Amino acid sequence: MPPRPEPVPAVTAAEMGARQREISVSEFFTKNRHLLGFDSPRKSLLTCVKEAVDNSLDASEEAGILPEVTVKLEPVSTNGSVAPSQATRFRVTVVDYGPGIVREQIPPIFAKLLYGSKFHRLRMSRGQQGIGISAAGMYAQLTTGKPVQIISRTGPKKPAHYFEVQIDTKKNEPRILEKKQVDWESHRGTQVTMEIEGRYQKGRASVDEYLELTSIANPHVHLVYQTPEGETKDYPRTYNQLPVPPREIKPHPYGIEFGMFLKMLHDTKSHWLSGFLAGDFSRVSSALAEEICKQAKIPPHTRPRDLHGERAEALYKTLQATKIMAPPSNCLSPIGEQAILTGLYKQIKGDFYTAVTRPTAVYRGNPFAIEAGLAFGKGPEAAAKKPEEAAPLAEGEEREEESELARVIRYANRVPLLYQQSACSTFKAVLDTNWRTYGIAQSKGALPAGPMVIFVHMASVWVPFTSESKEAIADYDEIRKEIRLALQECGRRLGGFLRRRERAKSEFRRRNIFELYIEEVAEACGRLKGGTLNVGKLKDQLQKIAMKRTGGEETDQALGKSGGPEGLPHSIIVTPEGVEGAVPLLPDGGAPAPAGDGAMGRLSEMTPPDKPAAKTPPAARHLKGSGRRAGAKPAGRKTRTRPKRKGK
Amino acid sequence: MAKIAQSRHTAVAKKLIGVADTVVTAAERRQDPMLSIPIRSLSNVTFNPRKGMIEMGRKKQARSFFNVGMAKKFMQTVLVADALEELQRANLTTSLREIYYRTKHTIKDSNENTFDTQNESDPLIEDLEVALEALREELHVRAENAGSIVGPVVFGDDGDRVDCTRLGKGGYSVPSIVEPEYLEIRTCTADFLLLVEKGTQWNRLSEDKFWRRYNCVLLTGNGQPPRGVRRLARRLHEEKKLPVYVLVDNDPWGYYIYSVVKQGSINLAFESNRMAIPKAKFIGLSSSDPDRYGLPRNVGIKLNEKDIDRAKELLDYDWFKKEAWQKEIKRMLASGLKYELDALANKDFQFLTKKYLPRKLKEKDWLD
Repeated sequence: MPPRPEPVPAVTAAEMGARQREISVSEFFTKNRHLLGFDSPRKSLLTCVKEAVDNSLDASEEAGILPEVTVKLEPVSTNGSVAPSQATRFRVTVVDYGPGIVREQIPPIFAKLLYGSKFHRLRMSRGQQGIGISAAGMYAQLTTGKPVQIISRTGPKKPAHYFEVQIDTKKNEPRILEKKQVDWESHRGTQVTMEIEGRYQKGRASVDEYLELTSIANPHVHLVYQTPEGETKDYPRTYNQLPVPPREIKPHPYGIEFGMFLKMLHDTKSHWLSGFLAGDFSRVSSALAEEICKQAKIPPHTRPRDLHGERAEALYKTLQATKIMAPPSNCLSPIGEQAILTGLYKQIKGDFYTAVTRPTAVYRGNPFAIEAGLAFGKGPEAAAKKPEEAAPLAEGEEREEESELARVIRYANRVPLLYQQSACSTFKAVLDTNWRTYGIAQSKGALPAGPMVIFVHMASVWVPFTSESKEAIADYDEIRKEIRLALQECGRRLGGFLRRRERAKSEFRRRNIFELYIEEVAEACGRLKGGTLNVGKLKDQLQKIAMKRTGGEETDQALGKSGGPEGLPHSIIVTPEGVEGAVPLLPDGGAPAPAGDGAMGRLSEMTPPDKPAAKTPPAARHLKGSGRRAGAKPAGRKTRTRPKRKGK
Repeated sequence: MAKIAQSRHTAVAKKLIGVADTVVTAAERRQDPMLSIPIRSLSNVTFNPRKGMIEMGRKKQARSFFNVGMAKKFMQTVLVADALEELQRANLTTSLREIYYRTKHTIKDSNENTFDTQNESDPLIEDLEVALEALREELHVRAENAGSIVGPVVFGDDGDRVDCTRLGKGGYSVPSIVEPEYLEIRTCTADFLLLVEKGTQWNRLSEDKFWRRYNCVLLTGNGQPPRGVRRLARRLHEEKKLPVYVLVDNDPWGYYIYSVVKQGSINLAFESNRMAIPKAKFIGLSSSDPDRYGLPRNVGIKLNEKDIDRAKELLDYDWFKKEAWQKEIKRMLASGLKYELDALANKDFQFLTKKYLPRKLKEKDWLD
């Protein structure tokens, strides 16, 4: 018989108690970094870039500055140079020319988790929680041991500050390793450098894709990307209006859970219950607040802090049962149809573009707006390219046609979502939509087929993500319905375009068929008649009949161009002959001049006035910074230097 | 390729050249060239009970050139007419498939072929046959030889004497064109003609010298009999007064083969006058045979959906309205089974020769 194992001495409650201790957020996320998007080295590289860029864009926009961001990736190697695809360490540098950060806020922003300006406000922004950039810094510290380096400057007359910071994970507090004033070529803005473990690989869900998609949904941003291979990619600004700054709103009663309600009761600055209801919630007027108190049988002059237990619950239930107006929608700043169109047109080759912005809707008391866009086709270059001279087919042979599936690009508050596509409400809505109605092939339960990019954006004060790493939008019925409606409108317009193109094509085919066959028929008749027939004359006669039968000049018109995209609002149609519709003016003059009078009228009404900033060549802007010029735009706002670059 | 008499050429060739004239005249008048082609479908055939055959109606279909749906077919029809006229000029006969190859080419400045498969050219030849009222033989088009004949009959073929009692088990291969100019029936001493659906049973009967014992001519068309076989049966029936009996599988397709021999087909209704044998009898397999001849149920085959649909269609055809036929078909539907001729081998390899047919003939057990 094997010896019995030594009995493990039992642990006393006291000993157990002694082992209990607090866990800091930093420690928690160090062990659970996958929750924040740092699972694989490839994804980690993307997450670091994404957090830094999102912060830069949020800060610039809030300060009323047209954002300009430079992203630089460099492979780091301990022994000699290494190919970017083989490198395991990267230095990530993100520079913006935004408002900058005041000195004392720099360490906590970059080296303290859950520190930020966005979490406590109901306001549409890219980040939400204040985890992002500090988590990236923590990841750098964890994998390479290197601190985060920051340079920031709040104005041309202010000094630039240089910091090296790390997180004290036990206390979740910043540890400053170095701080000094430095010379910096930028007049204003912030530069972050992190050295992290990562992998660089192009393709799906890469840094490259993220920046490209960002540029589509944010055509007002000028992005410069220096790839690990040493290439510089420039995503110019094609839309010169800053998004309308979203307003901050109070929570709507329908979006509040009981626990939260209790906390609000405790924290409120109001002395009276009715004041609390009217002041801390949106859409609750003083009259309505009195009414609610009456319904709940609680005196309106009760001190909120004195309300506990059953009475609080009764008030909460009354609040939920009362009919209250939907939250205001001016807290949202959708991208806008014209801007989406501009972004798609700039970045994606196609024959047809359209965009739809839905009116604001509400889920769980949170206002949101859905926007959808479509880019369809392979672009005029592909259409103009002569099809390969295919050999005539032998019996039983067939020409193969390629069939690719549509690509869905998803955004939440202007941030591209790159992972977990199939878990996302947007993706489900795309599958839900019956694309066959609009003339697009779609197998059951699959994406529609065809050369097509489907753009979906959700703008909300609080985007319901399925996880902390913000990769998929939760599938609320209200949200899915709105997405579907937007997609259907896009689909209808695409269907209109396709039908129009098909009509012209079939006319063309008709003409072609007759022309082809006239030759054959006339020659055969000539042979039948044994050479007594004037074949040329017969051909001419038949040609004339063909012309008459296929609508003659009308058809020529249909084959060429017939006015603007009739009945297709917010759309662009590209043909080898030119572009029609709401075509944006590209700063480099890259957009072909629109043709057709109808298109012109639309154009002038929808294209924003050309700002001088757009005419500055990107390189020049780079040196000088574009702050002052662009900053002049939202005249009423003062440029805040308060830090607000925080968060996820 | 057989040489043929010169006499009727001009008439057919003229008709073919008429196709070109249609195009030229229309073009002169700035009109859409149009060929009118009699419709070859159920909607345009009627059963003539007096004559006992299917006849084609007067409905015609206009095939015009300047119609996207018809343009290609029109062009193809003209090409086929051209090829047929070439045959007339060269005084040659050819096959459907060769016409397909002769007319196939790639249209100038395109990737499009004039014809992609033979299925496109075959119906056009039938269209021209009907439209121009010219027989296929007159157009110099022949089908594959797809039938065999054995028995006491002597033919003259290209000056050769063909005695069908001296051709072993294989018999004489029935040519596709059996008009008197091509095939002469010199003598026939048989008492009747037995047309067998399948080659297998024809071989059995030939091997067993059934024809010698019962003094008959054995003919098969290997499935749906081609025109040559039908026309030959008709000539033997008409010229040598041979009663015709048809032996087919017991399924809807077998019934239809019998009806085609007897009344003519829907597709070639215009040929009924030359092909149909209204007095032909259906000798078997009848749906009452399994009972009468003790065929076990397990040699039957379950009717599939297509069989059932086809049988129901047959019930609606005018020429199947006779009570005996309605009963016959309904009996098959009720049993839910069909039987192949081959199933008779279940009793004995020679059951067909030694038991089944002798008894049928003795009892005069057939359907009209």
